[in-house]
Amino acid sequence: MPITYTSQDQVEVYRFSAPVAIAIPLAALFLQAFLPLRIHFFSLFDLPLLVVIFFAVARRSPVAGLLTGSLIGLLQDSLTHQPIGIYGIAKTVVGFGASSLGAKLDVDNVGARFLVTLFFYAVHEVVYFTVARGLVKLTLQWSWGHEIGGALLNAATAAILFTLLDRFKQRA
Amino acid sequence: MENLMSRYRNVSILVAILFVQVLGLAVQVKRRSGADESTRIIRLWTVSAVTPLEKALVWCQNGLGNLWSNYVYLRGVRQENRDLKFEIERLRLEQVRLSDDAQQARRLQALLGFKEQYIAKTVAAQVIGSSGSEQSRSIYIDKGTSAGVEKDMAVITADGLVGRVLRAYGSSAQVLLLNDQSSGVGVILDKSRLQGVIKGTAGGEVILEKVMTDEQVSPGDLIVTSGGDQIFPKGITVGTVMKVSPGADLFLNIRVKPSANLGRLEEVLVIIKKEDRAPSLAETNSVRAVDILTQRLPSVPDKPAADPNAAATERPARPATAQKPVPQARRSLPETAKPAAVAPSQPAAPETGASEDKPN
Repeated sequence: MPITYTSQDQVEVYRFSAPVAIAIPLAALFLQAFLPLRIHFFSLFDLPLLVVIFFAVARRSPVAGLLTGSLIGLLQDSLTHQPIGIYGIAKTVVGFGASSLGAKLDVDNVGARFLVTLFFYAVHEVVYFTVARGLVKLTLQWSWGHEIGGALLNAATAAILFTLLDRFKQRA
Repeated sequence: MENLMSRYRNVSILVAILFVQVLGLAVQVKRRSGADESTRIIRLWTVSAVTPLEKALVWCQNGLGNLWSNYVYLRGVRQENRDLKFEIERLRLEQVRLSDDAQQARRLQALLGFKEQYIAKTVAAQVIGSSGSEQSRSIYIDKGTSAGVEKDMAVITADGLVGRVLRAYGSSAQVLLLNDQSSGVGVILDKSRLQGVIKGTAGGEVILEKVMTDEQVSPGDLIVTSGGDQIFPKGITVGTVMKVSPGADLFLNIRVKPSANLGRLEEVLVIIKKEDRAPSLAETNSVRAVDILTQRLPSVPDKPAADPNAAATERPARPATAQKPVPQARRSLPETAKPAAVAPSQPAAPETGASEDKPN
């Protein structure tokens, strides 16, 4: 199993330069809005979620993780026509969870990243559906096939994408 | 206490951030109509950050595409040109036939005082982005308030209805698609003239609601806008009926295939100006009100004319000829043409000048 338990001192903490911290989430939002028009199945991906997980795990600070998640989620909300906050709440929870997990476990290898993304994709969808149905009274359709497919696809993408994004990491 | 706070610092911040967001959501849900204004700034910031990139990319993509298709890839253009010329000829013939029908319809509408909404002005816009969420079926276009685009304007393509403008910004606008679950369009079935409401579902399908189970609806029926919602002008093609099944209540479950390909939108038209006007009789100067009235009023069939010369002066009221009195055509009538051949429902029209019967 690639996930290994490490002590707090053994875990590497990373930071990102300001341009990277701004440009990567914006690029993710842009691609998320632009690509589904050209590649229809791209709507299955959730690039902002992957970016939240990446930043949260790398920084290993729950506060930074939840703030990143909250901000990216709110920006994603503002591109939709629905009330702002549904993605915000879901990604806040994911950011907090991923950074808390990252602080305790070494999840910097491909297998661990795949499993972590799989897990947090599920968390994100459950929180999103709960908030959207419970608070906003949206009629959403839950499809197991769609959710499992989305989770696997996003997890596989994360394994590749995180390797590319590792180049922007700086040791804190 | 301080120790406790520092121990649960992270969780406290999480709860605080979640609480603020839940509160914000509750406020937006509570006042749905005013929520748009309260969140406008954050939406504007995001749209302003994302849309310039999208516009630039669409511009580059179109430029390269045009370069390729207009200057490099010209295979089959000659054949296509021949096919198009043939198609033009065919359409010309069809146009002649349709313009006769249209003229007749206009005359009737003018006489009955019908007013219709006409599309007076449209703006062509490029689709530059989407909401990026499967739960929100909306797109962004590259025209905004600076081009005259405003909230609640109808958006169409050559194929049919796309949706309506939800929010208009300076140089972009968000369009709610027909298949979103929060959209609704007043429609009418072209053949049976049944009214209903087109809505989107959570899965992105389009359904026709509010049609009773005892009504006759069959797959393939064309659906057009009814104009009753005051957003979409009457008569725009929306889609065709795909599947009809009895619903749980008194209404039918009708699945609709949208005419416009909502998943592959590239260019759209925004209807920025509509006009309410009745067709004027001046458009159809050969109209005679009496021709229309004589078709409606009951009448006594004329006696067979004894004198063939007298019969020649009377004119059978055929709709096509009655609307366009052509002296030469009347002169060419055979002397044996008898009014007896005219059916009771189509009485002989009195020979009156068109100018006398023209309503002002």
